[in-house]
Amino acid sequence: MALPTYASPLERIWYYTYLVICCLVFLFLIAPILIVIPLSFNAEPYFTFTQKMLSFDPEGYSLRWYDTLLTLGHPAPETPRDGTWWAAVWERATWVQAAKNSFWVGLWATILATTLGTVAALGLSRPEMPYRRLVMALLISPMIVPIIIIAVGMSFFFAKACVAPDSAMGFLFGWALSEKGCLANSHLGVIMAHAVLGIPFVIITVTATLTGFDQSLIRAAQSLGANPRTTFFKVIMPLILPGVISGALFAFVTSFDEVVAVLFIAGPDQQTIPRQMFNGIREAISPAILAVATILVVISVLLLTTVELLRRRSDRLRGVTGR
Amino acid sequence: MAEAPTALLTTADGRPLKAALATAQARARRRAFLLVLPLLAFVLLTFLIPIVYMLKRSFEHDGFASSAPALVAWFKSNPDFDPMNPPEEAYAALVQDLARMQVEKTTGIAGTRINYSVPGSISLFKKGAREAASLTPPFKESLPALDKEWARPALWRGMASASHVYTAEFYKVALDLKLTDKGWERGQDNERIYLYLFAKTFLISAIITLLCLLLAFPVAHLLATLPMAKSSLLMILVLLPFWTSLLVRTTSWIALLQEQGVVNNMLVALGLLDDSGRLAMMYNMTGTIVAMTHVLLPFMILPLYSVMRVIPPSYARAARSLGATSWTTFRRVYLPQTLPGIAAGSLLVFILAVGYYITPALVGGADGQLISNLIAFHMSKSNWSLAAAIAGMLLASILLLYWLYDRLIGIDRLKFG
Amino acid sequence: MKKTLILTTALVSFGFAANADVTVMSWGGAYGAAQTEAHVKPWSAKTGNPAIMVDSDNPAPAIKAMVEAGNVTVDVASVEYADAIRLCDEGILEPIDAASLPPAPDGTPATEDFLPGAITECGVSTDIWSNVFAYDASKFTGDNVPKTAADFFDLEKFPGKRGLKKGAKAVLEFALLGDGVPAAEVYDVLNTPEGVDRAFAKLDTIKDQVVWWEAGAQPPQLLADGEVVMTTAYNGRIFNAAMTEGKPFVIVWDGQIYENEMYVVPKGAPNKDLAMDFIRYATSTEGLRAQAQQISYGPARKSSFAEPIVFKDGKTVMAPHLPTAPENLGNALETSSDFWVDHDAELNERFQSWLAQ
Repeated sequence: MALPTYASPLERIWYYTYLVICCLVFLFLIAPILIVIPLSFNAEPYFTFTQKMLSFDPEGYSLRWYDTLLTLGHPAPETPRDGTWWAAVWERATWVQAAKNSFWVGLWATILATTLGTVAALGLSRPEMPYRRLVMALLISPMIVPIIIIAVGMSFFFAKACVAPDSAMGFLFGWALSEKGCLANSHLGVIMAHAVLGIPFVIITVTATLTGFDQSLIRAAQSLGANPRTTFFKVIMPLILPGVISGALFAFVTSFDEVVAVLFIAGPDQQTIPRQMFNGIREAISPAILAVATILVVISVLLLTTVELLRRRSDRLRGVTGR
Repeated sequence: MAEAPTALLTTADGRPLKAALATAQARARRRAFLLVLPLLAFVLLTFLIPIVYMLKRSFEHDGFASSAPALVAWFKSNPDFDPMNPPEEAYAALVQDLARMQVEKTTGIAGTRINYSVPGSISLFKKGAREAASLTPPFKESLPALDKEWARPALWRGMASASHVYTAEFYKVALDLKLTDKGWERGQDNERIYLYLFAKTFLISAIITLLCLLLAFPVAHLLATLPMAKSSLLMILVLLPFWTSLLVRTTSWIALLQEQGVVNNMLVALGLLDDSGRLAMMYNMTGTIVAMTHVLLPFMILPLYSVMRVIPPSYARAARSLGATSWTTFRRVYLPQTLPGIAAGSLLVFILAVGYYITPALVGGADGQLISNLIAFHMSKSNWSLAAAIAGMLLASILLLYWLYDRLIGIDRLKFG
Repeated sequence: MKKTLILTTALVSFGFAANADVTVMSWGGAYGAAQTEAHVKPWSAKTGNPAIMVDSDNPAPAIKAMVEAGNVTVDVASVEYADAIRLCDEGILEPIDAASLPPAPDGTPATEDFLPGAITECGVSTDIWSNVFAYDASKFTGDNVPKTAADFFDLEKFPGKRGLKKGAKAVLEFALLGDGVPAAEVYDVLNTPEGVDRAFAKLDTIKDQVVWWEAGAQPPQLLADGEVVMTTAYNGRIFNAAMTEGKPFVIVWDGQIYENEMYVVPKGAPNKDLAMDFIRYATSTEGLRAQAQQISYGPARKSSFAEPIVFKDGKTVMAPHLPTAPENLGNALETSSDFWVDHDAELNERFQSWLAQ
């Protein structure tokens, strides 16, 4: 909003105040995220800027907290950093294990949520869908219902959701269940919980892409002799793909950032990055947490860029101009 | 061959068009539904059933019923006993059960169940069970001689109620009712911690919603009125927090706001604060409010923005040209058009704030805790049923708000970015 | 299809971190680290069984919750003395056969080698630790330093924030000690409703200056960050922060409240036999000594003291830093397990609602 030429002095003052307020709000939004980056290079075990850091003394900065991420839980951190040392980091270091768990849980939860969610969104966006509003409300509700309620419910139910190891189900899913064959304390339990939390995001983004979708394109494809399979992969998929990918990224981030369900349903084998951070923040807040935080900020910048590019491409494809 | 008397429209194969259409539509409906079915089944298994299961737990507790069979049987055959003065058989059954609990190591479970309605019962049951084997009849005198609490009518009411596996007692406790000698009554003001915490949670959520609205309004307006290229760039500043881990943002606020944190250090360095007068902004309610406002702000900006973007600027210009001041133009012309955005954003932020757990747990200290933290507390103390009852009440209020959201805004209008 | 299934299975099982065999749950921070170094790692190396340490603010309620939910993931837990007795009474723990514990190097049976009361039906003591309070020496000068439990509650003489454990146990006793109740009478007073009121009234006097901590690793951090000027803490945490990080922390032993820490096995532990073997190893004369070399908690076996115990830095003699050192026992209170077995639930409830007001 540019200032009109007829603005009175009072309006000018007000206009500039307004701009200042906006700048302050942007600062409020972004400063807390950026502040962790310099703090993570602190040479001292403090959570604030030291005198040396403020005077840009190189001694005030170090990579020691990033180093901690590799050495915590390492059986022999002081030995020379050769192949065995790095192998031990990969196999034993606490944060690396947490990162591996977070990544795999996130990946499988995303695959589950995106596949089920995309197919369901296709159904939901058909005009013939019965009970559309009710079903939609149910599928969005994992985002609305407080996570603590979902986590409590799951912790009750997953402890009882067990299969006998020698049954067919046990044979199929045993590898992903806990030692007793239950969903509680198992990777599968965490994956399912995270998938259900990511589903609303997939539904929302994919149905948003489908609102601009011209259903007659399907009929056109079919009238030209395409079978349903070809129609889906050649006509529908390319058009909704950007929405599917942003939904998938949302689902991944949801899982990658989720801690409450993990706290309630996961066992010691399902240590994830957020869980490790949560415990770290509650106990001794060492700048190692800030080093993790910095890495996560970099990841979120990359994800955000991807999603933005995808959205623009999708808008272009659907012929929607502007945002 | 006579022609059909009515001009019924038919398809090529001779079926009435109406019927064919109905079949086709039914098939289309079925197909649409089949696409949604796998996801529905999945959500049912991992989301709906666990919640229903939790609600069942909020009405269920067999801790006492399963460990005191003699007394349960006695209560069953004497449903109208006088809790002010239970007879000798009741005491005898109780002592028999106490001795049994000692052997089977179930005092803790039984005592915990009664403890919900009659605080202090865990200790009472432990002591009673230890001595039960050495008590002599008449138990009506020897048991209260051990501890006069055993003769308390409230305890007998509590045990009678706990002899049923299913009960609404946990909701009564969660509503701050107290079991007294005369029955369930409203607790004293300073004992009403659950309702107090509910009220506090709603109040803090309202404050956060208001703060978000105040901060989001100018920003959303700026984003909506700037040219596309610039606003897309600024939008990144709104979306980046949205994409950043909640734990990262909470950590940042700890670094910023703690007593030896960046903000306090800055104020001291600038001479605005005395070193001993550092502000306590973390590990209290202030910490919870600031950090949650930051976390939830994008949820306010985005709906406001999407409404503001489609408000044509010509209305405001028309108002100005008709002689309205800029304030009147804003208040009478612009603001009313943003109302849908305000409603959508506020409801969403409020709903999310009411159920927040992580941020208050980490930065809330003692007085910045919300109802979710209380649920987690009772879970950690293995008070499953009480935790479930409080969660049930929270769920009811959230569903009410959700229904309101759907009515006013419609869930399909929910969008990110 | 089958190929894909095998492939995904392989992918997932390689992707996730490996399952650990024996899980030990302890209190995190310096204490958890000490038990990892002294017990978990050497036992694992000796027997070849992988073992991991998981942290908790307080393992007792955590394992109780697991057993009651029928969902036990922990094999060995480190709990307070009163909790070891209480949970045993409630059927949450496996009994431990005292006769199977290894004898002292000179052949003295374990039951005689351990200090009286250090072996219970379901638990074996690992050490004697203490609730003390500590301050940051750089915050106080000259003679004006806190010396007694009463000083902790004296906001006029020593202004500034206080750190206190968020729980009734040891906090109520400390309040009474700070109110001038002699150590010998603390539990007599606390056994009466008036005594409990008195303890809460004492806490009321500093309530608005208190930063509550939950995990044992928090108090040294609160002191280091300058969030508080003095705080109650587990003595070993303060000692380790002072030794390894060179912090100017001073422990005030007046009004210390000490007790045994116990290893227990929750009922339904996934690896019960290995858990028992772990406990036998960890509570041997050498196991207890090894732990005392890591953190300033006193071993519960007489034979562990046969030679002077030296801290892991190789020079600090541990004896004067242990809660049981004669010079530290001037005004000291031993936690009454009898009292807390009976009153834990009731007083913690009262504490929580007091906190919420």
